[in-house]
Amino acid sequence: MAVLVYASNAEGKLKKSAFEAVTYGKKAASILGCDVHAIVLGAADDAGKLGEFGASKVFQLNDANLSNFDSQTHANVVAQVADKIGATLVVCAHDSFGKSLVGRLAVRLNAGTVSGANSLPSMDNGFSVTKNVFSGKAVATYHVSSEKRVVSVMGNTFPPEAVGSAVQPESIDVTIPANRVRVKEVKTVKGTVPLPEAELVVSAGRGVKDPGNWGIIQELADTLAATTACSRPVADMGWRPHHEHVGQTGVAIRPNLYIAIGISGAIQHLAGVNQSKTIVVINKDPEAPFFKAADYGIVGDLFDVVPKLTAAIKKHQSS
Amino acid sequence: MKLLVCVSKTPDTTTKISFTENDTNFNTQGVQFIMNPYDEWYALVRALELKEKLGSGTVTIINVGPADNDTVIRKGLAIGADDAVRIDANPTSSHFVAKQIAEYAKAQSYDIVFLGKETIDYNGAEVGSVMAEMLDAPFISFATHLEVNGNTATINREVEGGTEVLEVDTPFLISAAKGMAEQRIPNMRGIMMAKRKPLNVVPAVDSSDLVSVTKYELPSGKTDCKYVDPENMEELVSLLHNEAKVI
Ligand SMILES: Cc1cc2nc3c(=O)[nH]c(=O)nc-3n(C[C@H](O)[C@H](O)[C@H](O)COP(=O)(O)OP(=O)(O)OC[C@H]3O[C@@H](n4cnc5c(N)ncnc54)[C@H](O)[C@@H]3O)c2cc1C
Repeated sequence: MAVLVYASNAEGKLKKSAFEAVTYGKKAASILGCDVHAIVLGAADDAGKLGEFGASKVFQLNDANLSNFDSQTHANVVAQVADKIGATLVVCAHDSFGKSLVGRLAVRLNAGTVSGANSLPSMDNGFSVTKNVFSGKAVATYHVSSEKRVVSVMGNTFPPEAVGSAVQPESIDVTIPANRVRVKEVKTVKGTVPLPEAELVVSAGRGVKDPGNWGIIQELADTLAATTACSRPVADMGWRPHHEHVGQTGVAIRPNLYIAIGISGAIQHLAGVNQSKTIVVINKDPEAPFFKAADYGIVGDLFDVVPKLTAAIKKHQSS
Repeated sequence: MKLLVCVSKTPDTTTKISFTENDTNFNTQGVQFIMNPYDEWYALVRALELKEKLGSGTVTIINVGPADNDTVIRKGLAIGADDAVRIDANPTSSHFVAKQIAEYAKAQSYDIVFLGKETIDYNGAEVGSVMAEMLDAPFISFATHLEVNGNTATINREVEGGTEVLEVDTPFLISAAKGMAEQRIPNMRGIMMAKRKPLNVVPAVDSSDLVSVTKYELPSGKTDCKYVDPENMEELVSLLHNEAKVI
């Protein structure tokens, strides 16, 4: 018996979500009473580091067919490794790669699956984990009855915890099928933490009134080294790119800090952000529904409050 | 081209969620249901646009569900799909739904199977990947752009911190995210025509579930909001640093 963790990588490095997944895998393995092994497909020069977070073995396969993510080839190889090591639980991050692996692994391993888990397994009554449903408006406990299970882990939920030391990645004998998806180009946005991984998020809504006013939002975000986000109308009007739209029909996030500026707090917006650990709301309307979901509220004009907040943070940083 | 669009029925986005039977069931009393926004706004519309561009082909929508779902299916026909299939069963899990559609699709040889990136009720994003494995086909998830040239498609896929530009040959599955297309509102003519378009009801195949929901709960809400004087942002910074410990 073992736990197998699929560690996502991009541009020659493990993703942050890989360390969260292995931390989850390590904790789940101690509940199940077994070891955790990790699998890295393609280049990642820091693969051995997974050992520091609990992986007793790290398998790494470098092959042209694995160097870009194709869910079909990756799932095929991960399932072979899972069979070889007798994994009863396969864990991956609930990121853009993990999400499209879960279902394929379910078929290959005849496993029950839970996508986007936000709790460790409970073994009280068989195997159960919880996950958000209705886009964060509720939490459901899923019971998995199969002997093998596949779980993808919600981002920013299990912070990486170092518990051991690095290991030397090793190879494992598997058959690698040909890749059918051809990656032509990868366009990356440099210099900012991707929104789903961000711990600090500064978000603004229609209250900014004009895209030309975004500067004060950006300056606050830059001061905090935070990632920017927005409400749906702001993206729909083309003021900000679509990938910044958070909420029920956008990205669901759970940062440590979410600062909502000039956003009313509609139910669809709250669904995607209400699991943020700390929420600050800046709105001139004391009746704005967002205040009911806030930890800290500032009733005031954003054009006045935001620059003052930026200045106060700068002062704090230099002290 | 033969295009298939998988559509799901979900509670309206304004729905307040509650439960029945000791928190083991979602309370559908008074809930307004809609077509899952990702399926309707992006997957279906992009399929229709492709058909229009090619000047030939068919767009079929497929749903796994009971007869109540016909209203949602008719809306898809009103937006422009040519015909529809409903697999007559209660969709008990993503695996179950995927199995039903895969079995149906196997016999039909579709060129592209479209889905929304996820449903807004169970947020699994699993149906596409289960189906793709059952059909032994490539699956591109979270696509924001799709062009087809002969048998080859060029697709943009959203990944954390960027976009991948991919190429894949038909047949394949694709899940659509925001950016893929613009929502279309059905017009009167579409609604009238939808009534006459074929909606075939087919029986389900056997499939067993390996997962079940045993309990629902509402997320633990925030305690009272602490108000900070807008003139005193130093206090907010100090609270974020010392109390919340997030900066
Ligand atoms: C099917 C569906 C799905 C949806 N999905 C989403 C989703 O995923 N995400 C999402 O965000 N929305 C979504 N919406 C839209 C949602 O219902 C709201 O319309 C939207 O969130 C409102 O955006 P907003 O808060 O930016 O704008 P508004 O509601 O217009 O609020 C602007 C706020 O700014 C405040 N303000 C104005 N000026 C100032 C100032 N100078 N200083 C301080 N405060 C100021 C106002 O008091 C107000 O509270 C969806 C809607 C539907 C129908």
